[in-house]
Amino acid sequence: MSTNSAPVYMDNSATTRPFPEVIEAMTDVYREQFGNPSSLHWMGYEAEKLVSKARRSVASLLGTGEDQVYFTSGGTEANNWAIFGSLRSAGERYKHVVTSAVEHPSILATMEYLEQLGYRVSVAPVDRYGRVNPEEVLSLVAEDTCLVSVMYVQNEIGAVQPCAEIGAGLSEMGPRRPRFHVDAVQGFARLEIDVSKWGIDLISISSHKIHGPKGMGALYIRKGVPMHPLIFGGGQEQGLRSGTENVPAIVGFGVACDIWAQIAHQVRDNLYNLRKRLISGIAGVFPDAVLNGPPLENVAPHIVNFSFPGFRGETLLNALEQRNVFVSTGSACSSRKSKPSPVVLALGKSEAEALSAIRFSMSPFTTAEEVDITVSALEDALKELGPWRRKLT
Amino acid sequence: MERVLLIRYGEISLKGRNRRQFENRLHENIVSALSALDKNARDRVSRSHGRFYVAGLQTAQLETQAIDVLSRVPGIVAISPGFAVDSDLEAIKKAAISAVKLAMEDLSQPVTFKVDTRRADKSFPLTSPEVNQELGAAILRNVPGIGVDVHNPSIHLTVEIRPGRTYIYRGQVPGPGGLPVGTSGRGILLLSGGIDSPAAGYLAMKRGVAVDALHFWSYPITGVRARDKVVDICKVLRKYSPDLRLLVAPFTKIQTEIMDKCPEKYRVIIMRRMMMRVASSICRDVGGLAIFTGDNLGQVASQTLESLRVIGSVSEYPVLRPLLCFDKVETVRLAQQIGTYDISILPYEDCCSVFVPKHPVTKPRLDAAEEAEEFLDVDALVEECATNTEVFDLG
Repeated sequence: MSTNSAPVYMDNSATTRPFPEVIEAMTDVYREQFGNPSSLHWMGYEAEKLVSKARRSVASLLGTGEDQVYFTSGGTEANNWAIFGSLRSAGERYKHVVTSAVEHPSILATMEYLEQLGYRVSVAPVDRYGRVNPEEVLSLVAEDTCLVSVMYVQNEIGAVQPCAEIGAGLSEMGPRRPRFHVDAVQGFARLEIDVSKWGIDLISISSHKIHGPKGMGALYIRKGVPMHPLIFGGGQEQGLRSGTENVPAIVGFGVACDIWAQIAHQVRDNLYNLRKRLISGIAGVFPDAVLNGPPLENVAPHIVNFSFPGFRGETLLNALEQRNVFVSTGSACSSRKSKPSPVVLALGKSEAEALSAIRFSMSPFTTAEEVDITVSALEDALKELGPWRRKLT
Repeated sequence: MERVLLIRYGEISLKGRNRRQFENRLHENIVSALSALDKNARDRVSRSHGRFYVAGLQTAQLETQAIDVLSRVPGIVAISPGFAVDSDLEAIKKAAISAVKLAMEDLSQPVTFKVDTRRADKSFPLTSPEVNQELGAAILRNVPGIGVDVHNPSIHLTVEIRPGRTYIYRGQVPGPGGLPVGTSGRGILLLSGGIDSPAAGYLAMKRGVAVDALHFWSYPITGVRARDKVVDICKVLRKYSPDLRLLVAPFTKIQTEIMDKCPEKYRVIIMRRMMMRVASSICRDVGGLAIFTGDNLGQVASQTLESLRVIGSVSEYPVLRPLLCFDKVETVRLAQQIGTYDISILPYEDCCSVFVPKHPVTKPRLDAAEEAEEFLDVDALVEECATNTEVFDLG
């Protein structure tokens, strides 16, 4: 079923292979330093010090103070917490939130729930590249807007949102301005975030998207921003996020951040080059392919999303898997019919385009050779599936 | 006091000179079904007086599991749990009281009972009615809150007094009935992963057919999950026939050729004809006698009588369609009852949404179908597909 070549993992926006150093550090913690940071004895104290060290690593990569980083179970919890924690601490007067049409489900599903609870949710549309217009976002802000939540890097198509402009605009709104939350799960480590200059109050990040362990993430909360907990209990994380610290995962997350601090710049340049190589390669073997998301500017270095009109994304994914190349579709097959990716549809693309979208996402491990293998596997798959191509009217 | 299960079987006893062979097969099937629970199953199963007995089930939990397993063995009409004791009135009384108390655990109040005694050992000092009376009185004395109802009891206690040994049974659990798997020969079941074909397979097994399930897999048009859905269905079907095999036929090439070379309207008809040809070839290889499908008259375009005729005409073996005249609700009910429905409705896409044309032919003609296939290298495609068909390890 698979070829003999080594697997080419092109699904790094779904999750990443942990750095070997991460696994090693975590194993040590599991084996030897398994204490509970809340315990008073020295084993507890050792664990506490490990958590502090990791917090410094994460904060440093984020460019902020360690006292503003709160560990969570991952990006989804951080996003949920950012929304619910903001609304609860803002009080009754605030009944409105602003977000974008292409947010991650952990934002959009929470927003849908808010509407059920009686909140108003304004959704900023995106242009054909998947970007919001900062002025449009700002214009949606009302008297009772509690929160503006816009992601940094769109997870399916890689569009980089104008967070700096949105933050600057919000900052000008004075003391009763809504707070600004950025879901930076896909952008963290891979791109720069100037937390203070951009006027961001809350940032969600995730460990397993940057070669750390799963089940770990963090919410940055700017100092002075009042925040209610989402999870109550023993008062860990300064009383804001209870539950015994996942020390091994925290340590792994810290190690991953330390590594990124060393490699980030070089990886970024390298990935942008690979991205160009992949795009021109795909355009070369299948000229009808349609790039989803921004081509060169305002785009993340690791994500390439193409539609292959007439084909079904899922079938292409299987055919690539058969050739040992692993990608994602934007669409989730939730019934006998595949559902078109809502994100690709939001770009104004046709249903045929949205149904045939494939996301290739790269990592620091990705090589030029792997990009070439991906392109030739795709060429081969498209050729084999040729008779299955649906004629579009 | 020893736990014992009494297994009754039905139609086999009508089968005249084949009876012995049928009983032997059922014996083997019972042992095979119980082997999953108990390594020594073979030693525990015995046969006498037109029934099977399972003895030596050490725990109540094992007994419950054994009843559950046996209730799915085709050929079995009913399973009665009970106790075996020495043929001594006091021991029988004690066992009867225990049996009633056990049966009561699953029943809502008020609980009534009746005792039916059969005295096969005429040397036993009491007559059957006397034993009924003795036991009835003992139960009324020892089990609070119970009453007698000889017409419609909630617990029907049956007592069989044999030389030296007496059996006390409390009620019965129905089995599937039908004939032991294997007594009707071997058949190929076309198994798609949908709701119908597993139900058709069950009915075939229930009439004694040893089934080899054949799945046509169109990877990469459909994914690994689509195949694994069929694997899961086979694991459920194996509860009725532990020897059921899954054969996976790589079908992508044939479908791709059809997409490429055949008129759209006839695609599904030709696909089904190709399936029949491959199934025939495999049926020959495994020594099968028939091909079973989940077809249901008029359900979709390829299931009109015209379509069934054009499709069936290429099969070397009879194409049997146990669900042909079922209503959909009846099929769904059967699939739910046998436990495949919840797997079948899982949403992994099959290839049909791309393959099925917008306007499929509903009244195909044989000559038109043959003409529609003229650019296919039918024999080579069938042979390649059949040759590459593999038995999938169901674990």
